[in-house]
Amino acid sequence: EPISNNPQQKHSVSAQEKGLGAGGSVSGNGRPNTAAGCGGGGGGLSGGLTQPAGWQSLLSFTILFLAWLAGFSSRLFAVIRFESIIHEFDPWFNYRSTHHLSTNGFYEFLNWFDERAWYPLGRIVGGTVYPGLMVTAGLIHYLLNLLNVTVHIRDVCVFLAPIFSGLTAISTFLLTRELWNQGAGLLAACFIAIVPGYISRSVAGSFDNEGIAIFALQFTYYLWVKSVKTGSVFWTIGCCLSYFYMVSAWGGYVFIINLIPLHVFVLLLMQRYSRRLYIAYSTFYIVGLVLSMQIPFVGFQPIRTSEHMAAAGVFALLQAYAFLQYLKDRLTKQEFQTLFFLGVSLAAGVVFLTVIYLTYTGETAATMATQHHSLAQHMPSLYFSPLPLINPIKPVILNLDTERLFDPVLSAFAVYFAGVMVRLMLTLTPVVCMLSAIAFSSVFEHYLGDDMKRENPPAEDSSDEDDKRNSGNLYDKAGKVRKHVSEQDRPEEGLGPNIKSIVTMLMLMLLMMFAVHCTWVTSNAYSSPSVVLASYNHDGSRNILDDFREAYYWLRQNTDEHARVMSWWDYGYQIAGMANRTTLVDNNTWNNSHIALVGKAMSSNESAAYEIMKSLDVDYVLIIFGGVIGYSGDDINKFLWMVRIAEGEHPKDIRESDYFTPQGEFRVDKAGSPTLLNCLMYKMSYYRFGEMQLDFRTPPGFDRTRNAEIGNKDIRLKHLEEAFTSEHWLVRIYRVKKQENRQALDHKLRNVAAKQKYTSKKTAKRKRGYVKNKLVLKKGKKLNKKSV
Amino acid sequence: MSSSVISVISRFLEEYNSSTSTKLKVVDAYLLYILLTGALQFLYCLLVGTFPFNSFLSGFISCVGSFILAVCLRIQINPQNKAEFLSTSPERAFADFLFAHTVLHLVAINFVG
Repeated sequence: EPISNNPQQKHSVSAQEKGLGAGGSVSGNGRPNTAAGCGGGGGGLSGGLTQPAGWQSLLSFTILFLAWLAGFSSRLFAVIRFESIIHEFDPWFNYRSTHHLSTNGFYEFLNWFDERAWYPLGRIVGGTVYPGLMVTAGLIHYLLNLLNVTVHIRDVCVFLAPIFSGLTAISTFLLTRELWNQGAGLLAACFIAIVPGYISRSVAGSFDNEGIAIFALQFTYYLWVKSVKTGSVFWTIGCCLSYFYMVSAWGGYVFIINLIPLHVFVLLLMQRYSRRLYIAYSTFYIVGLVLSMQIPFVGFQPIRTSEHMAAAGVFALLQAYAFLQYLKDRLTKQEFQTLFFLGVSLAAGVVFLTVIYLTYTGETAATMATQHHSLAQHMPSLYFSPLPLINPIKPVILNLDTERLFDPVLSAFAVYFAGVMVRLMLTLTPVVCMLSAIAFSSVFEHYLGDDMKRENPPAEDSSDEDDKRNSGNLYDKAGKVRKHVSEQDRPEEGLGPNIKSIVTMLMLMLLMMFAVHCTWVTSNAYSSPSVVLASYNHDGSRNILDDFREAYYWLRQNTDEHARVMSWWDYGYQIAGMANRTTLVDNNTWNNSHIALVGKAMSSNESAAYEIMKSLDVDYVLIIFGGVIGYSGDDINKFLWMVRIAEGEHPKDIRESDYFTPQGEFRVDKAGSPTLLNCLMYKMSYYRFGEMQLDFRTPPGFDRTRNAEIGNKDIRLKHLEEAFTSEHWLVRIYRVKKQENRQALDHKLRNVAAKQKYTSKKTAKRKRGYVKNKLVLKKGKKLNKKSV
Repeated sequence: MSSSVISVISRFLEEYNSSTSTKLKVVDAYLLYILLTGALQFLYCLLVGTFPFNSFLSGFISCVGSFILAVCLRIQINPQNKAEFLSTSPERAFADFLFAHTVLHLVAINFVG
């Protein structure tokens, strides 16, 4: 191909030539051709003349595509091992809502009042749910069906999270590229595609908000950094629209609306105010505010709750600051000071009044401790194993640019939140990925870049491509300069190549170990659908326990469509989703008194419970019992929580201490407390269990989960009858009997003294019978008619 | 103190009149108009009450939003700030302004109820 000798025409020489040149020199070094190395090497050479732009973008595209593929495939373990099914509990509600959306349309979904949940209260779904997830899945389903690709809505829901993980990788790439460079971006994309912290909430089948929310989060951050960099209103509006999507997707949007003001505030403190910052934040705040209030669930919270006040405060501060800057530019120092005093006193007065007003109408943060901590995911995190094995080096950045400051601020807050609540480990994950990518990128740049600089001139000399050497003066000049420099450097770095190669090898090994670790953790810890249980025998064959679905389908096919099922709130969503029956309480847990009623019914004896069940119109009761297979997540293990919640609302009727032995133990065998042995939950769990002998070593009625022989073996139920027990006794369903027509008396029958036998005193002469007090007719006298 | 404040303000107004171009003065007049509209809305809300709250918020935020967007436009077309906005020509700034206004008013119309 003709090479132009004109040094001014920078883009005339084909990129291919340069690519071959640089590629050739890279492989000539014997270094593995990592993306970071290539990017770093390309950046290391001055002027970017040998930067193979074509190769670089091809490489980036390939790497991102592979990252998407890796992220997608590594989330498919559960689908391959079991089937394409919605997992756990919350996703069932999301699935049911999406199904409602796809069958009935958008406005029906937005205004949906669900009377089959929280009977008899009902639930306003449209106003208590973040619609982003359902709308996304519904839209994809609609578009695919429009193109005549008939996918079932369940498959769209199952595979939505893996697809969005690829998009998350791309937006992380974009964000890290803005913050650092392309190499770090590619590394970050690869990390976040397979990191377990994110996978745990976005496996195929886990149809939950976090699956799309992390994508929206990263994308919003990318657009924010871009808009601060360029100061363009266009990018800021893009950021607002992405923020709107985030608000519709997840309650964690509060993280964004606090982090961005914090970033602005830190910049103001560090004297890095600029007009671009003003434009970016002011526009973002106002347009973002009005957009976020369009979601019914959010409503007026952005101007009422304390979580959003930081954003408003920073907005006001920024306006004041900008106005003062404007005045400062136009007035002399003296004049400015006069006005400044006036302004400050006014501002102080306003702030004082606002504080007084807010104290009067102030919010008390009332969290229900019992219910809050009963959720295991709300506990503080105890371990950090899902985090990547990285960060031996965190680059200490002394001169932080405006946008690079974003990273430390983000990471500080993310670490704090992750320490408080395990579930928020998810917000820490993207940050850690980005920081570690930056660390790795700098290390690679440092240790590979120097090699490139040094090795390049000799490689070029020894190359056979004469035209390359003659191509343009700049090329030769650069080569000459570099050789000169490298000759100077060489004596100083005698041990250089060995250390560099060792470090590079170590880093690569670390990365490979990380990939293996991630895949192992994903496969073992996060790929269980939890609706289907699997156990493995000694010979490795698999034993599937499908009791849950068996029971829910029994309910679906054998009960009346309007039957009401009472169970503990954990199973509400699954019952509504799979069995399609009305439930009393479910995972939404918005009404604690209602849950307490159910808890009271479960903890009281059968007659008291029957009264409650009658008042709530309950037809069926469903419990989970793990005693036969040793399943530890059953209702007896959760029983104390039921008692505690019931005690919170009905302290006079339920006392937790009644359910413990006098020594303070919770026992289900003969030594257990009589209240426990007579309560409804106990009876329902162990009904007919006393007849069952699991194997010849243990007595009949041996509970495998509690490792105890149960106390009450002959249980009789008066108001319930057993309707269904699943194959491994995991799910037990009882039917509530209607009241009998004749009520049994609650008192003993009256003892009536036996009448003495009447013996006739008639003699033989007067044996004719006579009626006592019979009217005697006296012959001859006519009865007076008037007296009759 | 008060006399000095008045003198400062009057001197500022003089300097403003002389040094700002007509284009910017037009934008400033528009800003003043938006400010007055917003103040009127707020006054109305104080007098009549906040029901329906979403309508009040929609109108008020629309005013504040228009104000902010006009300020951004003013910053971007001010020739004194050219160094900071090399890639943003005045035409581009105005186009962004229109785009932002479209989004803002679409949302405001949806919110007004």
